[in-house]
Amino acid sequence: MTTAAAIDARDLTRRFAGFTAVDRVTFDVKNGEVFGFLGANGAGKTTAIRMLTGLLSPSSGTATVAGHDVLREAEQVKRDIGYMSQRFSLYEDLTVRENIRLYGGIYDLADRDIRDRTARMLARLGLEHAADSYVRAIPLGWRQKLAFSVALLHQPRVVFLDEPTSGVDPITRRQFWELIYEAAASGTTVLVTTHYMDEAEYCDRISIMVGGRIAALGAPAELKREFQTASIDDLFVRLARKGP
Amino acid sequence: MTALAGLIRKEVYHILRDRRTLVVIIALPALQVILFGYAIRTDVDRVRIVVVDPSPDTMTLALRARLDAAGAFRTVAVSRTADAIEPLFRRGGAQGAIVFEPDFAETAGRGLPAGLLIVADATEPNTGSIVQAYASAVVQGYEQDELARGRTIRIVPTVRMRFNPTRRSSNLFVPGLMAFVLTIVSSLMTAISLTREKETGTLEALLVSPLRPWQIIVGKVAPYVVVGFASVVGVIVEARLVFGVPLRGSPALLLAEGVLFILVSLSLGILISARTSSQRVAMMGALVGTMLPTMLLSGFIFPIESMPAPLRAISVVVPARWFVLVARSVMLKGTGLAYLWPATLVLLAMAVVLLAASMRAFHARLEG
Repeated sequence: MTTAAAIDARDLTRRFAGFTAVDRVTFDVKNGEVFGFLGANGAGKTTAIRMLTGLLSPSSGTATVAGHDVLREAEQVKRDIGYMSQRFSLYEDLTVRENIRLYGGIYDLADRDIRDRTARMLARLGLEHAADSYVRAIPLGWRQKLAFSVALLHQPRVVFLDEPTSGVDPITRRQFWELIYEAAASGTTVLVTTHYMDEAEYCDRISIMVGGRIAALGAPAELKREFQTASIDDLFVRLARKGP
Repeated sequence: MTALAGLIRKEVYHILRDRRTLVVIIALPALQVILFGYAIRTDVDRVRIVVVDPSPDTMTLALRARLDAAGAFRTVAVSRTADAIEPLFRRGGAQGAIVFEPDFAETAGRGLPAGLLIVADATEPNTGSIVQAYASAVVQGYEQDELARGRTIRIVPTVRMRFNPTRRSSNLFVPGLMAFVLTIVSSLMTAISLTREKETGTLEALLVSPLRPWQIIVGKVAPYVVVGFASVVGVIVEARLVFGVPLRGSPALLLAEGVLFILVSLSLGILISARTSSQRVAMMGALVGTMLPTMLLSGFIFPIESMPAPLRAISVVVPARWFVLVARSVMLKGTGLAYLWPATLVLLAMAVVLLAASMRAFHARLEG
């Protein structure tokens, strides 16, 4: 089952003992799109992402990512996606270069590719001087940008970012979003979750999850018009208060 | 395969860069060998024995003098009849007895085998085996010295363990210590380092990668197998150099059994980490789930035979119990696989079952 969409979820559902974390969620994300995945804590965002990245199998419904079925072709899905968790995905007691090499190896890149891409990445981030520093020694903002670049190292078709900018200062957040746009411009599809509503405005389209369901879906400007709110922030609070 | 090699290299960096843990891994076994070694030596100096000598003679007096001179024994009573032993043993006045047969010197003087009964209180197994070992050594030394002087003396020592007659195996500390060290390195370290990756979120990054679960696990534990293996070799060498603990059986067999035990312990470590989400909980789990049973229920410190039946039953599922048994037999008695296959089979079965269970647990985690 191939489709033009980078992500295509149909009635995606996940039940845990006693409650339904994700309830018949249907949405698609186009190639090269920056898609904002919004929702209060516990709304089901993380569970949905875990199903799309192959960490969790759906109870019912289907989803394809990069054209592969997440349940039956989990292997190909994993090769074609990048992932950066809300916590952190780099090893603090390894150097920047060692981290890049580790992930390059995990994604089966040739040594020469790893070297080339490492050099390019460090140059782009302006981190050449820190290549042999331990990750724990570089500032948080740099670490986040580095983690994002490492998630893109194997040039995935879709990258999942789970609250990538939490705890980062506004300037670094701005720079981080520039990296996201760069990735999207080069054809990588980005699905990003965030708690910052100003960031939601940067997305091509957003969905707002409430109680395991998608309560709103569309471009930020359209949604503001449709729900007649001044900002995505107002819309979010209104939907979240109302409940599913 | 490059992915796996990269994972292993990364884990080696973790180990080498965590200096404090590294020191613990290396220093702890060495320290324990010394501690346990000297604890046993102080016991040896104070073993109280009673000598039963129905027909004293220059020869029995010479042997008695040698027993005292050995330093391991202190003769607290000398009697002509064996009746003296029982009350002394009962109230703990003596831990061992040396009983010469009647007309010992006369029999030996005629070149006939003369009987010597060595009785040890085996409620304290270490002391029991030490009484036996030292008394036998004294007798042999005497025989050799007499032979050098042209006299053939044949003394036939008979050993009897009192109160606990089945407790015959030498109960030295090194085999138990090996089990303990391996448990620390394999279960505790694996549980902690896997849980640390959960805490920091790096495990998730590995799980969404194309790596298969077995690759993640092998990459994680391979370095610890090597560390555990090195610790075992270190303990054996140190015990031999410092305390002269023998390795009578096949070193290859001992090391192979060690690897089996390492696999069992690693699987337990993975299982513990699969059920915990913080390093602190993982450490407690490893302490209670693996280290305490290894200390208390493996026969390392308390002999299994003298445990109450329920504890004895529980000890059957403690992997260290089987490894300690095997290690003791190989090291102290030189036993081979011909006699050790049942215990080996138990360890092998445990390794297979626990490895499978830990893989499943690891996999089930993906299903949250």
